[in-house]
Amino acid sequence: MASDKIYDRIHEQSPWQEITEGNKIFEAATSKDFCTGEWRTATPEWVADRCKQCLLCTPVCPDSSIPVTAGKRTDFDYDHCKGCGICAKVCPFGAISMREGK
Amino acid sequence: MAVRERLSGNEAVAYAIKQVNPDVMPAFPITPSTEIPQYVANYIANGEIDTEFIHVESEHSAMSATIGASAAGARAITATSSCGMALMWEELYVAASNRLPIVLALVNRALSGPININADHSDSMGARDSGWIQIYAESNQEVYDNFIQAFPIAEDKRVHLPVMVCQDGFITSHGVENILLVEDDKVKRFVGAYEPEHYLLNETERMALGPYAVSNYYMETKRAQREAMINAREVILETASRFEEMTGRKYGFFEEYQMEDAEYAVVIIGSAAGTCKAAIEEIRATTGKKVGLIKIRVFRPFPEEEIAKALSKVKAVAILDRSEMFAATSGPLGAEVRAAMYQAHSTAEVVNYFYGLGGRDITVSDFKSVYDNLETIARTHVVTGMYEYIGLRSTQSEEV
Amino acid sequence: MEKTTYNFKEVMSKSERLAPGHRMCAGCGGTITVRAVLRALEEGDRAVIGNATGCLEVSSFMYPYTAYEDSYIHNAFENAGATLSGVETAYHVLKKKGKIKENFKFITFGGDGGTYDIGFQSLSGAMERGHDMVYVCYDNGAYMNTGTQRSSATPQYADTTTTPAGSVSAGKVQVRKDLAAIMAEHHIPYVGQSTFTSNFKDLYTKAQKAIYTPGAAFLNVMSPCPRGWGYEPSEMMNICKLAVETCYWPMFEVIEGKWILNYEPKNKLPIEEFLKPQRRFKHLFQKENEQLIGKFQEEINRRWEELKNRCSL
Repeated sequence: MASDKIYDRIHEQSPWQEITEGNKIFEAATSKDFCTGEWRTATPEWVADRCKQCLLCTPVCPDSSIPVTAGKRTDFDYDHCKGCGICAKVCPFGAISMREGK
Repeated sequence: MAVRERLSGNEAVAYAIKQVNPDVMPAFPITPSTEIPQYVANYIANGEIDTEFIHVESEHSAMSATIGASAAGARAITATSSCGMALMWEELYVAASNRLPIVLALVNRALSGPININADHSDSMGARDSGWIQIYAESNQEVYDNFIQAFPIAEDKRVHLPVMVCQDGFITSHGVENILLVEDDKVKRFVGAYEPEHYLLNETERMALGPYAVSNYYMETKRAQREAMINAREVILETASRFEEMTGRKYGFFEEYQMEDAEYAVVIIGSAAGTCKAAIEEIRATTGKKVGLIKIRVFRPFPEEEIAKALSKVKAVAILDRSEMFAATSGPLGAEVRAAMYQAHSTAEVVNYFYGLGGRDITVSDFKSVYDNLETIARTHVVTGMYEYIGLRSTQSEEV
Repeated sequence: MEKTTYNFKEVMSKSERLAPGHRMCAGCGGTITVRAVLRALEEGDRAVIGNATGCLEVSSFMYPYTAYEDSYIHNAFENAGATLSGVETAYHVLKKKGKIKENFKFITFGGDGGTYDIGFQSLSGAMERGHDMVYVCYDNGAYMNTGTQRSSATPQYADTTTTPAGSVSAGKVQVRKDLAAIMAEHHIPYVGQSTFTSNFKDLYTKAQKAIYTPGAAFLNVMSPCPRGWGYEPSEMMNICKLAVETCYWPMFEVIEGKWILNYEPKNKLPIEEFLKPQRRFKHLFQKENEQLIGKFQEEINRRWEELKNRCSL
């Protein structure tokens, strides 16, 4: 069965016959398969019991890495969070702390 | 029954557009192709077609919008000339590498500067590396026929490349000739409904187009594009044969005129072939000399082996270029035909002429002197005027 | 069509239309803009997203990784307007012919280089023709993708790689082009200028109006670039706040020709507050350049009065 991951189907060693016509991609959001979490030099930590679920942290994330379901945020998507720290600065309740490293 | 009409080349293209009834046509006026969008705008204004016209503010935007429309899933066309196509340059490459089956009606005109509105092939020859299929015409009939054939070629799954249908500015675009039109329903059936598989507005999938591709992908992408151009060869011939079944008119990569026994051949593109044919008839009738002509119809993909084969028995060949490429040697057709002959180990003598730049006339007597020169060269094996001009004023007797 | 209520939690619960995994820098304002604008799409509506060449394009669709949940087209640097106008026209034809049933919306993004400068003609043409589309400029005030070269959106005195501050140079000589006003002069139904506010209500409602007002719409969104502007990435929201509170970046909209000022600071802050945290204005705080800050302030004041006049205030 073909892999779910785009990089198992098209990658930097693919022969020319397997490159999609005109470099078109026929599915959505394949970037999810690329891990940008590796880039982090600082990491946000969600302190759930301080969080009032005000959600002010969610729209400021450039990396769509604060998932919200039914009006509530959950933990960070560490596969993709780049650790910019904007969320920690906007949190009115000190519910996000930044620590050094991945 | 085919309809006999008297139409200019521009009218013939516009009429074909009306019969095909494409979805979207963005276009910008430029002499001598302006009439094409004008006629189309009139068809639209009178409810004769349901094509949407986009009144773009430049040719760059014309090709950009055509690309957008084609990617979205529409059958999209445009028309232009000369500097208009030069302004599209970047987008020509994008259209081809995105593998979009766009059809462009190109009315060939000299590029600036100086500004000049008359025919030569500097516009399309400059775009010869852009990845477009290029089909040229001698007459209005051929323009019309080529334009109709362009759609099934471009849209074939083995190809998916844009097609440039070229005709000579004013000479065919504005010259009125008798022409046989194919009935509407036959054209519609020949071209078929446009049913792309992948497109932006496809309700059952999401498509992303136009990525940044790093060097690990770029070369493979170009190789895949080359494959489409290779495939285009058979598709062009298949389409021509279907067209012949429908109309009785025969097309190939090029036309061989009086080539069966020819010893001296001219290779040319476009409307000047008609003048050359008149010269051939006169020479053969008055002197019996075996002169012939190869008139290139398909320049991209380039029919290298076929041309070499067609020239395999001649003693001398004159390749006539209607554009400069400033290599300080040959013109584009000269270079490619010569390369084809070299590959086939031809021993024929070859000269390359420049003619008709910026609309300069070429006459029957010009062709007669070309054939005279070929005869001399074949006899003496001394090639004079390797890169010669036709109709050029000069203080020196011979160009180098 | 204007929604009077803005339920932040409901809005934030809408499904995400820009996926993570794109390669924009940490702390980039560009993707915050994209997320915010696309959030204004109604859940059932399909969209085709356009994009001019720029940081966003090379980062959000690196083959084979697209960050978009919707169909997407990038063509070139200077033609996002024309390209999307072709897509939008195709939609009308195919819809008319019954080949498409779903509703599609058309939104294209360009940086200020691709919008104010090289793509200006294509944008103007698309707006003038009245295509039912939104052109969103994520304005970060320079050619960031190629390494912070000056654009016509770059503020005066900014130190960029092509207008470097030096011993005889105080950065960019000219003032910013007012693109939102120029777009308003196209007499299109909707023009909005915005940036990020804490609950994103301003940008969300403007995006909603831009997307759902029939006809051409233009949004100009200040989208700070930590790398090009020279500030700590985590300071994004503070920078935006200072831009608005100093009246450097006024929040306004033009609806059917009517100019509306959306926010007027109670205490307009001096422009130094906005300039100071940014490396690109560092040279203005050297003794010999101090009068330039005054000139900057005069320009801000002049434009603010001009805007208030347009808004009949």
